Amino acid sequence: MMRWWHSPASETQITHGQRLWLYILSALIMVWLVAPSIIVIPMSFSQSQYLEFPPREWSLRWYAHYFQSVEWMAATRTSLLAGVLTMLLATPIGVAAAYGLFVSRHPLARFMFILLVTPIIVPVILIAIGAFYIYVQIGLVNSLLGLVLAHTILALPLILVIVSAALKSYDLNQELAARGLGASRLTAFLTVTLPQIRFSIITSALLAFLTSFDEVIVAMFVSGGDNSTLTRNMFNALRDQIDPTIAAISTIMIVISSTLVILTQIFGKSKD
Amino acid sequence: MSAAGDTALNARLLQRDASVERWSLLGLASPAILVVMVVMVLPVGWLFYLSFLGDDGQFSLENYNRMIESKAYGRIFWTTFKVSVLTTLICILIGYPLAYFLAQLPSRMANICLLTVLLPFWTSLLVRTYAWLVLLQRKGLLNRWAMDIGLWDEPVKLVHNLNGTLIGMVHIMLPFLVLPLYGSMKAISEDYMKASSNLGAGPVQTFWHVFFPLSLPGLFAGALIVFVLCLGFFVTPAVLGGGRVIMVAMQITTNIELFFNWGAASALGVVLLILTLGILFAASRALRLDNILGGGHG
Amino acid sequence: MLESAGLPITISGVTKTYGAVYALDSFDLAIQQGEFLTLLGPSGSGKTTLLMALAGFLRPDSGSIKFADREIILTPPHKRDVGMVFQNYALFPHMTVAANVGYPLKLRKRPADEIAEKVEAALDTVQLGGYGARRIYQLSGGQRQRVALARAIVFGPRILLMDEPLSALDKQLRERMQIELRHLHERLGMTTVYVTHDQREALTMSDRIAVINHGRLMQLDTPRHIYDRPANRFVADFIGESTFLPLTRSGDEFQFAGTPLHLDQPPTGGGDYMLLVRPERLKVVDGPAPDLNIFAGEITELVFQGDTSLAYVRLAEGTVIAVRASTRAGEAVQDAKVGDRLSFGLSRADSVLVPAEDGEDGA
Repeated sequence: MMRWWHSPASETQITHGQRLWLYILSALIMVWLVAPSIIVIPMSFSQSQYLEFPPREWSLRWYAHYFQSVEWMAATRTSLLAGVLTMLLATPIGVAAAYGLFVSRHPLARFMFILLVTPIIVPVILIAIGAFYIYVQIGLVNSLLGLVLAHTILALPLILVIVSAALKSYDLNQELAARGLGASRLTAFLTVTLPQIRFSIITSALLAFLTSFDEVIVAMFVSGGDNSTLTRNMFNALRDQIDPTIAAISTIMIVISSTLVILTQIFGKSKD
Repeated sequence: MSAAGDTALNARLLQRDASVERWSLLGLASPAILVVMVVMVLPVGWLFYLSFLGDDGQFSLENYNRMIESKAYGRIFWTTFKVSVLTTLICILIGYPLAYFLAQLPSRMANICLLTVLLPFWTSLLVRTYAWLVLLQRKGLLNRWAMDIGLWDEPVKLVHNLNGTLIGMVHIMLPFLVLPLYGSMKAISEDYMKASSNLGAGPVQTFWHVFFPLSLPGLFAGALIVFVLCLGFFVTPAVLGGGRVIMVAMQITTNIELFFNWGAASALGVVLLILTLGILFAASRALRLDNILGGGHG
Repeated sequence: MLESAGLPITISGVTKTYGAVYALDSFDLAIQQGEFLTLLGPSGSGKTTLLMALAGFLRPDSGSIKFADREIILTPPHKRDVGMVFQNYALFPHMTVAANVGYPLKLRKRPADEIAEKVEAALDTVQLGGYGARRIYQLSGGQRQRVALARAIVFGPRILLMDEPLSALDKQLRERMQIELRHLHERLGMTTVYVTHDQREALTMSDRIAVINHGRLMQLDTPRHIYDRPANRFVADFIGESTFLPLTRSGDEFQFAGTPLHLDQPPTGGGDYMLLVRPERLKVVDGPAPDLNIFAGEITELVFQGDTSLAYVRLAEGTVIAVRASTRAGEAVQDAKVGDRLSFGLSRADSVLVPAEDGEDGA
């Protein structure tokens, strides 16, 4: 321990002991970052009407409430469906765009890339009311299709950035080599490029799902009725009261997103 | 050799092939472009148009005039600005040491510690806001613990006000600052630090004279993202502000849901968008936008 | 079984511009059936552009490229049937060695047993028999190079293109691979176009060398002629070491510093010429040597380089020439000191004149 204390911590020979404050501060911040999620989980297993930590009596009551509620189940179905459909729509068109714009040397390509990543910059509220306004005109309000289209543009920037980064670190000469050896452009992409960027594509697809699944604001405006999303219903419930059912739903959502993030980490690491 | 005829012919065919290739590559992006045009560009353009219509449907600047004249609107913009600046500053103050700590860890440890940033980052914003609501409320965990250890005697109002909003927003925004900052710190070569030590600088001098300036672009990029995202924030202030912290995005919603006033909502939206793009544009002159967005070209 | 008769290549009027810059300027070149031709030039000369145009990865603005009688300039790369070895090999890291080599055969929908057989034969040819199951990352640089080569020849292309394939290897391995590539070419007989910026490599391997600069052909000839009889100053300068001495001309007689030169092949064209002096072609003379051109001067610097040494000699009229001498015991230069005066002779055959212009357009 003493040896660690006096041993150099960096190239500049500052010792661990001299930097202890940094370690303590960082640890506190990291705890603070994960604490809310960690605390909600046990609370959701409480028997009590009021949220307690730690719960005095454990029960699955709020989960039962959630799984038996027709409304919550319908909303969950909508959210999962929207997430999967967004993933299935955004991933192929995002990958195609990332590839086309990466390979193209046309001056327009730059401009198009910027256009495709702007949805991450434009305030979501603007996209939400804009989409709502247009959907009213063409009858897409409260439809699954409208929701999926709006979530798709929110997911596209992530896919473009992740896949472009993967293409950047990939040697496109391999595709030339494949074409020289007799592969058409499409075959070369499918047999040589795609297998090598597939982890980035899987990662961006998972994140596209999460983007849709977690999204609140657009869903508030363009989803509704039979097609209300889980987050929309949660948000409305939050404004009224603190319903412990939401703790149960939150726990489920935390588990889903943590699983997906850890998956993306694993895929990210197994690259090359 | 029939050179002249052949080459002239080939030049035309080669040009045709080149343009077919060019357009088909751009064509790969067209489905994505189409969706973005229909769901974002077109509607936002439409809102822009609406914002210049008065109640009578004629061209008018009344929606913008109201923003300038009304005290309420002035307060909303001031609140939005204040919350965004405070959130950004707090994120910098606690995000920089954290990123620095993470960047110095051996990679296996760093990956594990990074999960504490990544997991909240990808956990639903609504869930995290809800968690803070539960923790901070009057009879919530934090108040109970604080009273148990004697920090204060009466329950303190931690939520449904600016404090609660800031706690929640900093929690949600911190990863947006830490992740790019961590990336840029990792990219700083250790050779600079060795060189600085070798030239006679102590650890503190080396940090302030060499490491800190080199990490500034990453810090700037992260802070910019945080600030811009804060400007358009909605869910967290709505839930944790308890109606006392009204930001622009919330007023837009109110205008539509309560008053069906599309003109007023659009004008607010347009101002918000122009502020956002203006800040990004100004920043991109100082630092290339590519670095923030990840860029498309090698 | 991998042998194939090469195809002749006829390149005419190929032009490629990038903005105002000509990467290839109405380029003409006829490559003979089965020859080993090297495109040699500095970086940015257009040699790689030309190779990429042959492979089909780069679309020229205009011109014609024929493999035998077939016009292929509009043919996409995958229908050209040329083997290509890339500078960084471009092996597919997600496939085994065998899958890499078998890739072109698989695309041609050959039966599996034929693929296996041909892959093994190709790997044998590059002395990697039994390496099929390896992964690319398990191979050394030299082995990767061989896999890339096997993959390029396995489908029996009649043309093989190579883009600086040895540049990533260390010197010894590179020299061994040069000989091997040369033998392989002799065995397989395909027309080979080889790009390099390394003049020694070009001189070692080629049947003919095309020296390229600024998108134009500077000279096309055998290595021997390129070295001994460079057509212009650029070629003389780019290949080998050289000093140029200014000459005065009266009719067909050329003089250096007032002394007429003895020449084997006086140039017939008009204009100004310079004398090309290769350092290794000079030798020390003591007595009269009526058949040699004599240059006398004072040694200004001596550099020992192991196998040879270099002496820099300032001639009476002021030019400094380099002289390369063997380090064998007894060589006059070895005993000399800075400041000594020596005379050097250059034989008639080694006295080559090049046009004073550097071979560029109007320059």
